[in-house]
Amino acid sequence: MSVVAYTNARLIDPASGLDCIGALVTEDGKITELGPEVCKDGAPEGAEIIDCGGRILCPGLIDMRVFVGEPGAEHKETLASASQAAAAGGVTCIIVQPNTEPVIDDVALVEYIKRQARDKASVRIHPMAAITRGLEGQQMAELGLMAEADAVAFTDADRVIADAQVMRRVLSYASAFNLLICHYPEEPSLAGRGVMNSGEIAMRLGLPGIPTQAETIMVERDLRLVEMTGGRYHAACLSTAQAIEAMARGKARGLPVSAAAAVHNFAMNEVAVGEYRSFAKTAPPLRSEADRQAVVDGLADGTIDVICSCHDPQDVESKRLPFELAATGIIGLETMLPLALELYHNGALSLLDLLAKMTSRPAELLGLRGGKLAPGAPADLLIFDPNTPWRIDEDGFHSKSKNTPYHGRPVQGRVWRTIVAGKMVYSDT
Amino acid sequence: MSDISPTPPSFRHLLGIEGLSAPDITEILDLSDKYVAQNRQVDKKRSILGGRTQINLFFETSTRTRTSFELAGKRLGADVINMTATASAIKKGETLIDTAATLNAMHPDTLVVRHPHSGAVALLSQKMDCSVINAGDGSHEHPTQALLDALTIRRRLGHLHGLTVAICGDILHSRVARSNIMLLGIMGAHVRAIAPPTLLPGQMDRMGVEVFHNMEEGLADADIVMMLRLQNERMNGAYVPSTREYYHFFGLDRAKLSKAKPEALIMHPGPMNRGVEIDSELADDINRSVIREQVEMGVAVRMAVLDLLSRHATNQPPIGPTDTLAGDGA
Repeated sequence: MSVVAYTNARLIDPASGLDCIGALVTEDGKITELGPEVCKDGAPEGAEIIDCGGRILCPGLIDMRVFVGEPGAEHKETLASASQAAAAGGVTCIIVQPNTEPVIDDVALVEYIKRQARDKASVRIHPMAAITRGLEGQQMAELGLMAEADAVAFTDADRVIADAQVMRRVLSYASAFNLLICHYPEEPSLAGRGVMNSGEIAMRLGLPGIPTQAETIMVERDLRLVEMTGGRYHAACLSTAQAIEAMARGKARGLPVSAAAAVHNFAMNEVAVGEYRSFAKTAPPLRSEADRQAVVDGLADGTIDVICSCHDPQDVESKRLPFELAATGIIGLETMLPLALELYHNGALSLLDLLAKMTSRPAELLGLRGGKLAPGAPADLLIFDPNTPWRIDEDGFHSKSKNTPYHGRPVQGRVWRTIVAGKMVYSDT
Repeated sequence: MSDISPTPPSFRHLLGIEGLSAPDITEILDLSDKYVAQNRQVDKKRSILGGRTQINLFFETSTRTRTSFELAGKRLGADVINMTATASAIKKGETLIDTAATLNAMHPDTLVVRHPHSGAVALLSQKMDCSVINAGDGSHEHPTQALLDALTIRRRLGHLHGLTVAICGDILHSRVARSNIMLLGIMGAHVRAIAPPTLLPGQMDRMGVEVFHNMEEGLADADIVMMLRLQNERMNGAYVPSTREYYHFFGLDRAKLSKAKPEALIMHPGPMNRGVEIDSELADDINRSVIREQVEMGVAVRMAVLDLLSRHATNQPPIGPTDTLAGDGA
């Protein structure tokens, strides 16, 4: 197979802390060598040479929380369209959520996703499988068997396991197999019919609110159960100062816990809801500015390990409704990188730390081989210029759905090439 | 049985393995050996317990344990009555203490009790003048099962000391597991507990047990593999995802058994769920499985226990607490 040399690149590898000008060579879908001395005396014979023009070359992004409509809602997004959106966003690996129709709660369905992904997708797709059958929060699904079928982690997606005894047994059972349990932490009885953050704006709009305490209480409960059982726990997305503080305390106690934040919870606050803009209806809801700042701080101090897009495609019909009735969710695969780079441009995080949260850290948590630049690692690469200014334009999106609140937003940083297993899957022309 | 001196044991009731000493256990097993021999004869009947009354009081359905106790009592000449919760006043709302007082007034000599609640048999024994045998209380103890398991092992391998015994399955809810862990510990065996964490009590290691969540690791070099029954209602996603997943990871099949010693014995207290916790063919393998032998040993062990406890009341009026009796009666 062909050898490719990526020369004149700023190599950034968060896993090793590497940040240097150099080159990287791939062969047969794998990285063979990289570093400042590589290709100093010319590329290997017969190699295709790609001059990166000084752009950053880093591991392709890994997105831990992506909702796709396949199977069941292919009109919103298919694995194929999601993978095109991912490639355009520099994401080489997406972790799809199990809240499809049918729910991914059985070995056969895990196999189905893998097969569909292999045949139709241009990026890597790994399924997270359901924790409980039918996402009903009652009966444990076949966690062990689905893990053997390569489900990378387990989650009830946007549903909550309200019953503490069920969660306890899930964490306990999962600990025997070292499985990662991802939970959307929101106490459902407190969240109630809430559709946005509780507070002044919800009050003025006359919308039922979701108090921040709903998240805090669930995170604190879960951390106690982790302490009791030793299960590996990942908070699927944190959005409040109090819950982040609870997570920091849990980590300080040495618990096997991690957390992610969705891009929308640091890129926007509740003001974005404005006059009932349903495109700003998200889960977790957009919070106050103080909570948004706490998410940024949590990312900076390491309390939050991972940035995810929470890509959740919804068609126009389900969004063009009164706010309370509109579907929840925004698409995010194609805007994750430039929006995350805002944290670098405004000095909140270093480039290495920021990229770690979308590459090496999720790879570690999920036990994936990618997410790093190293000889032998898969040649899943992202080449981008962190400074290119542009305006987000929904017309250019590859996703089947266009539910983005970011249309027209000026951002900096643009994907130039996306490579999966040594093959170019996206090129910005 | 004239060669065994009628010395009362150091305990009046058999409420559990806890509290028994190694010599107590050895005495029961030695006597049981003799009853095994007797039970293999055509004439199995003796009259040691002639004139005595044994009541089997079962608050939970049971076939094999109740039959085993009934047979044991009858072979020793006792009058045996079976009472089940469904057929008695218990269903009409009588309290446990009142039931005890009523039965006590009938002057039984032995009361064999099974109850779904831990500690209920001990509570009942406080109100009875006769010997009480625990035939299983909740998730607490089932001492005669542990004794018959020990007898089965001892007769096959000659000793208990130093053996590695792997107990696999629903240990959380199992009285058989608790009694076995204690007995085997007292007798110097190494006990391992193998189960998913949802079926293990949290402080298992405090009972001197080595805990495993992986069957292959837990079975490595084991002399004895003791399988426990997993009730169907616990496999529907509450404790374990499914029967299929349980069998895949924790069911005993030839591949997993190959990690144990080549001659390792398979035990099961019954009734078995074939294809759930144990491969059907393996359960019937006469070279490895001693499951039917366990049933035979059960009758002998219960005869020995009935015999020993009866020695507290050799033609004497009802007797006082254990401590006033110690060393007495020879």
